[in-house]
Amino acid sequence: MRVLVCVKRVPAPGAKINITADGMAVDTAFLGFTTSPHEECAVEEAVQLVERHGGEATVLTLGPAEADEQLRYAASLGVQKAVLLPTDGSDWDPQRTAKAITEAILGIEAAEGPFDIILFGNESADSGGFQVGVRVARALARPIINGIKGIEVGDGSVRARREAEAGMEVYTLPMPVVLGVKEGINLPRYPTLKGRLASKKVDVAQVAPGGEAGGQRLVTLAQAAEQASNTVILGKGPDAAAAVVDMLEELGLLK
Amino acid sequence: MNVLVIAEHDRGTLAPATLEALAAARPLGTVHVATLGDVADGLVEVLAAHGAAHVHQVHHPLLADYGPEAWGDAVAQLVWSLNPEVVLACGTDRGNEVLAHLAAITDLPFVANCLEIRPGDATWSITRVRWGGSLLEQCELSAGRKLASVAHHAFEASEAPVSASTAVFTPELDALVARTVVTERVERAAGVTLATSPVVVGGGRGVGSPEGFGPLEELAGLLGGVVGCSRAVTNNGWRNHTDQVGQTGTRIAPDLYFACGISGAIQHWVGAMASKKILAINTDAEANMVTKADYAVIGDLHQVIPAISAEIR
Ligand SMILES: Cc1cc2nc3c(=O)[nH]c(=O)nc-3n(C[C@H](O)[C@H](O)[C@H](O)COP(=O)(O)OP(=O)(O)OC[C@H]3O[C@@H](n4cnc5c(N)ncnc54)[C@H](O)[C@@H]3O)c2cc1C
Ligand SMILES: Nc1ncnc2c1ncn2[C@@H]1O[C@H](COP(=O)(O)O)[C@@H](O)[C@H]1O
Repeated sequence: MRVLVCVKRVPAPGAKINITADGMAVDTAFLGFTTSPHEECAVEEAVQLVERHGGEATVLTLGPAEADEQLRYAASLGVQKAVLLPTDGSDWDPQRTAKAITEAILGIEAAEGPFDIILFGNESADSGGFQVGVRVARALARPIINGIKGIEVGDGSVRARREAEAGMEVYTLPMPVVLGVKEGINLPRYPTLKGRLASKKVDVAQVAPGGEAGGQRLVTLAQAAEQASNTVILGKGPDAAAAVVDMLEELGLLK
Repeated sequence: MNVLVIAEHDRGTLAPATLEALAAARPLGTVHVATLGDVADGLVEVLAAHGAAHVHQVHHPLLADYGPEAWGDAVAQLVWSLNPEVVLACGTDRGNEVLAHLAAITDLPFVANCLEIRPGDATWSITRVRWGGSLLEQCELSAGRKLASVAHHAFEASEAPVSASTAVFTPELDALVARTVVTERVERAAGVTLATSPVVVGGGRGVGSPEGFGPLEELAGLLGGVVGCSRAVTNNGWRNHTDQVGQTGTRIAPDLYFACGISGAIQHWVGAMASKKILAINTDAEANMVTKADYAVIGDLHQVIPAISAEIR
C-alpha cells in the first residue's frame, strides 16, 4: 500500500498569539513550530496503515525551507519518504496551495506509482480554510470525506467513520481514496532515538511549486477582542469550598 | 443581487445554523435557498419567515442521504442555472465541505467561517476566523462569484417574513457519486453531550492520571454535568478525544466551566470562551486560565474538588 500524508508547518503559540508590526503574520520570534493535531494524527495513521498493510508512506509539505523540520519529525515516526514544495514562507491561498500539491502528487505518481490513500488534516491549524484536501481530491477525480475518525481497509475499499451531531456516519469508499482526518482517530506516538537518527538520513525531495495566486488575499490579522476579566479569587485550597458552593447557589446550579 | 443559501439539514431536520446563514444573506440581496433531498414538512414556511424569497427544492434519488460529492455536484448545477452572485453555507462540517466541493468544481475561491461580509465592486472585504477563533483575518475576495461560509454565532437568526416561491430542480448526477453517500449510521444515545451540557468539569495535565478524574466525575454527577479535558490529557491517553475542549476538540458553552489543572493555552481557551462563567482551580495564581476566569480557587485540585463535592452534599 502507498500512502501520502500532507502537513502544514505552523507556529505553536502559547497563551496568546502575537501579530507582527505590519499585521501580516503571527510573530514567531519566540515560538516553536508544529503541525495541526489533525495532521499529527494523519501522520500516525499513515504509519499505522503501512505497518498493518505493508508498503510505504510519504509526507509532503508546501512551505518554507524550515518545514524540513516537520518532514523529518514525520520521518522519525516511521514515514519513509519526504517531499518539500519550497516557498518563501509567505501566506499561500488555498486554491494555489491545492494546485501545487495536486501537480506534485501527479508528478510523484507518474514516477513511483499511484497512492492508494492520501491523507489530509480536517483543517489547517492557522488558516483553517477547510478546502485544500477537497480541491486536491476533485482535481485527481478521487472520492474524499472530511472529518474522519476511523479507517478500516478492506479489499479495494475503505470504511471510514465520522462523528456528526446525530451520531456516527459510516462511508464505504473505493480506493484510491482521499481522507481528511480529525484528531482522535488515534494516539500519535513519540519518536524513538533510533527514529530520530534515521530521520536525519532521509532524503527530502524538492518539487518547485508553481501556480498563480487565487482570489482570496490576506490583508491583515488581528487578535480577537477579549472581555477584560476581573477574576474573583474565592479562596485558597479546600477551605474555599464553601465560597464555591455559595457561587453555585447564586448561579442557580444546585439541584 | 441574488444570494443562494445552502440549507443544512440531516435527513430532513433543519440545522439551526441555516437561519444564521439566512441572517447573513439578507443584507446582501434577494435570498434564494436550496434544499437538497427530502425535507420536513413546513420547512419552506420556516425559511420564508427568515427571508427566503425563493426556495429551490433539489431532488434526485442520489440525494436521499448526505454525500458531499452528490451535494457538491447538485449545488453546482443549480448555481449554473440560477447564476447567483453569492453562495453561502453554514460554517459547519457539512457546510464547509459542500462549499469546498462547489469551489473545486467551479475553480472559485471559497472563504470559510466568515464573521463579516462587506460587498464592494470588484473585490469584497471579509473578516474571517483563523486559529479556531483566536485570530481575525481581514481578506480581500476577488471572484466572479463569491463563495463563503458563515461562522457559527457570528450572525443572529431573526425573522424577516416574505412570501416564498418554490421550484423543483432536478440535477443530473453521475452514478459514481454514490461512492461518498453515507452507507451506515450509529445513532448517538440520548442525553447531554459535552457541547450542550449546562456544567462542564474540565481537567488538564494537573489531574495527573486517568484515575485522578474520579473526583471530577463525581462533581460533574452532582451538578448534572459532564467531564471535559485538555489536549495534554488526551495526548497522554488519560481520556478519549471526545472529551477534549478546544480548537481541535469540542466548543463548549455551559453555564459554568470548572477548569481544573488547565493552564489556559489559547487553543484550549477558544473552545471554552463561550462558557457563561468560568471557575479556574489551579496551584499557579498566574496561570492564564486563572487570570482570564470569572472565579478562581488557588490550590491543589486533588484537595479542592473533593471538598466542593462534600460541601454540596
Ligand atoms: C494547533 C493546535 C491545536 C490545539 N488544540 C487544542 C485543543 O483543542 N484543546 C486543548 O486543550 N489544547 C489544544 N492544543 C494544545 C495547547 O496548546 C496546550 O498544550 C494544552 O491545552 C495544555 O494542556 P493543559 O493546560 O492541561 O497542560 P499544561 O499547560 O501543562 O497546564 C497544566 C496546569 O495544571 C496546573 N496544575 C498542576 N498540578 C496541579 C494541581 N495539583 N492542582 C491544580 N492545578 C495544577 C499547572 O499550574 C498548569 O497551569 C492545541 C495546540 C495546537 C498547536
Ligand atoms: N501548505 C501546505 N502543505 C501541505 N499540506 C497542506 C498545506 N496547507 C494545507 N494542507 C493540507 O490541507 C489540509 C486542509 O487545509 P485547509 O484547507 O487550509 O484547512 C491541512 O490539514 C493539510 O493536511
